[in-house]
Amino acid sequence: MILAADPAPKLSDYGFFTDAGARTPAEGVAPYDLVNALFSDNAAKHRLVYVPKGAAATYNDTDVFDFPVGSVLIKTFAFAPDMRQPRVGERYIETRLLIHKADGWAAYPYIWNAEQTEATYAAVGGKQTIDTITAEGQPLQIAYTIPNRNQCKECHQSDRVLQPIGPKARNLNHVGPAGVDQIADWTRRGILTGVPADHPLAELPRAFDASLPLEGRARAYLDINCAHCHNATGSASNSGLYLGWGEQDPTGWGIHKRPTAAGRGSGELSFVIEPGLPDASILTYRMASKEAGVMMPELGRTVIDDRGVALIREWVASLPPAPGK
Amino acid sequence: MALRSLTAVSVLVLMAACSPKVETPAGPVAIMPGPEAAAQLQKALIEAKPGDTVLIGEGTFDFTDGLSLDVDNVKVQGAGQGKTILSFKGQTGAGEGLLITSDKVTVSDFTMQDSKGDGIKSKGSDTISFKNLKVEWTGGPLPTNGAYGVYPVESKNVLIDGVTVSGASDAGIYVGQSDNIIVRNSRAEYNVAGIEIENSSNADVYDNVATHNAGGILVFDLPNLKVMGGHSTRVFRNKIVENDTQNFAPPGNIVANVPTGTGLMLMANKNVHVFENTFDKNKTAHVMVVSYSYEYKDETYNPLPRDFVIRDNTYGEGGNDPQGRLAPLAPALGGALPPIVWDGVTRYGDKSEDIRIVVREKPEVGFVSLGLGSTPIDLAKAKPSPTRQPDADIAEPPAIVLPQDGGV
Repeated sequence: MILAADPAPKLSDYGFFTDAGARTPAEGVAPYDLVNALFSDNAAKHRLVYVPKGAAATYNDTDVFDFPVGSVLIKTFAFAPDMRQPRVGERYIETRLLIHKADGWAAYPYIWNAEQTEATYAAVGGKQTIDTITAEGQPLQIAYTIPNRNQCKECHQSDRVLQPIGPKARNLNHVGPAGVDQIADWTRRGILTGVPADHPLAELPRAFDASLPLEGRARAYLDINCAHCHNATGSASNSGLYLGWGEQDPTGWGIHKRPTAAGRGSGELSFVIEPGLPDASILTYRMASKEAGVMMPELGRTVIDDRGVALIREWVASLPPAPGK
Repeated sequence: MALRSLTAVSVLVLMAACSPKVETPAGPVAIMPGPEAAAQLQKALIEAKPGDTVLIGEGTFDFTDGLSLDVDNVKVQGAGQGKTILSFKGQTGAGEGLLITSDKVTVSDFTMQDSKGDGIKSKGSDTISFKNLKVEWTGGPLPTNGAYGVYPVESKNVLIDGVTVSGASDAGIYVGQSDNIIVRNSRAEYNVAGIEIENSSNADVYDNVATHNAGGILVFDLPNLKVMGGHSTRVFRNKIVENDTQNFAPPGNIVANVPTGTGLMLMANKNVHVFENTFDKNKTAHVMVVSYSYEYKDETYNPLPRDFVIRDNTYGEGGNDPQGRLAPLAPALGGALPPIVWDGVTRYGDKSEDIRIVVREKPEVGFVSLGLGSTPIDLAKAKPSPTRQPDADIAEPPAIVLPQDGGV
């Protein structure tokens, strides 16, 4: 089923869960989470990993782990009427699968029915109106979009090859839903092999932990929300704007960098980041938009991540202005 | 396994799966306008197999999301430019109307209107053809229009043939960071820049009309991009006339600095040959050859235009009302700019180069080097001179041959 050429018509066909509502994982399917999650319209996200018995992913210091053929990454997007109590009245909207087939990864979206008993493959994705209250207590109506298969690949690619984004050392390295150090847990379960003992593992700071240094929080936020496209091999490689955690060149991550192909997304501003001046920075301008042709990310959200915008604004404001300004 | 009754969602999915696009011996059936057309067309693009043609029928189709194609060797074909209209006026998502990320693709025979971002983009495609199609913004030249109409980027073996673009707030036909390119038989009007070749190599731009833009044709090379060192472009037999639309680019974009009334602007770059074009009624200048004269941080970048040949072009009225950064120098030149203007920059940072800008035109065709010397430019340092550089033998790049256009 997992390695079949075509996607199964129903999520339940794969047997990843023992119940119709996919709340109880089957044996070999392990929940996991990331230090920081991509903002997806305030959706709650439930991530699970399946690696075939007897095989394991290979650890990598900086990139996505090398998963064996037959591995599956499962991610369910859910909303509750009040996200301040995310498990109360929670409803599953969609479940996305990344399946490592013999000839490469495949991405399949599944949309849940209103009764929460079944999720059906939807190549062209779909739209749903969702009414909720955010974690900050704000009522919000969301024109939520489930991506189509091509849109999966627009973010999930490197050099035009579809691949996962989340399972990297720096995103996994914390105490996960199992209640223990996640990378050690994956090794213990046989999911992961090759974790080095001779040097510390990368670890991203929690972006919204105000007790941590601002620079690391902001760069961590950009890494998980932007860098899958904004890197030298991603969808936005042509922009020259590289927002990954490992980008060393300040012009590369936007300091006094001129827009490449932003059009009116530049907001009539001159630089991606004008240090000290978030109102003069294209980065914060585009994050604060929800208009097609201006907003960034351009895929994967329809509302603004107010917390994220505030974080990046605070960080830009803290950057020392250029001499003479 | 318990019996599951079909829910409403499942029924709809089943219906969508029984696509009206049925394969007959005669070929695929065209997708027709209607409330399901957008989903049907995107489904067809996702499920296409290499070798397929996705046909779009006659009429107007409305889209709220961008389309995308990621399958090699597919044709996307409408019923004709005037007959198949893809309207993105209601677009709420995605950065373009159609995004192509696969190889050996041809898109043709439709009009795309009013995309909120770019029109048709190909990223990383090898062998991509845009033919007999139009991309336009129907409200006229506005800064709120999308930036690029037809937009191959990081692509190679690019053919743009019989394309019309109007209203783009950056460049109508824009080829970026690509290699092996032909832009021909196309028309760019009422854009900021009509046709632009940027950070690209091996391009032939010929038999086009660039009119009523702010700047007709641009060949630029910029710093801080993944693909650098643009070179080897021929711009010939084009009509670059009446580029008189006030520059409406949103400020902050490089193209906003193209003075209204520019015919052809060549910025940085190497080995560009400009010949047999007709220039007329470009009020700033017909041909401007300039360095990249803004501050930048990029050790690998050369901001100077090098090894250009400008020959055998026809020049009508122009230069009579110059706009932009260099305009303050016009009074010193008698109030107008001659047909060919070079900024005269030969030094950048601590480097200097023997710039060869060869002009082989009749003696009465005016030329000026503004003698600005180094970049970033300081107008106070201008030393204008009408003296042409000595002739030099700069080999013309060979004609571009594309696999989809008679090559192998």
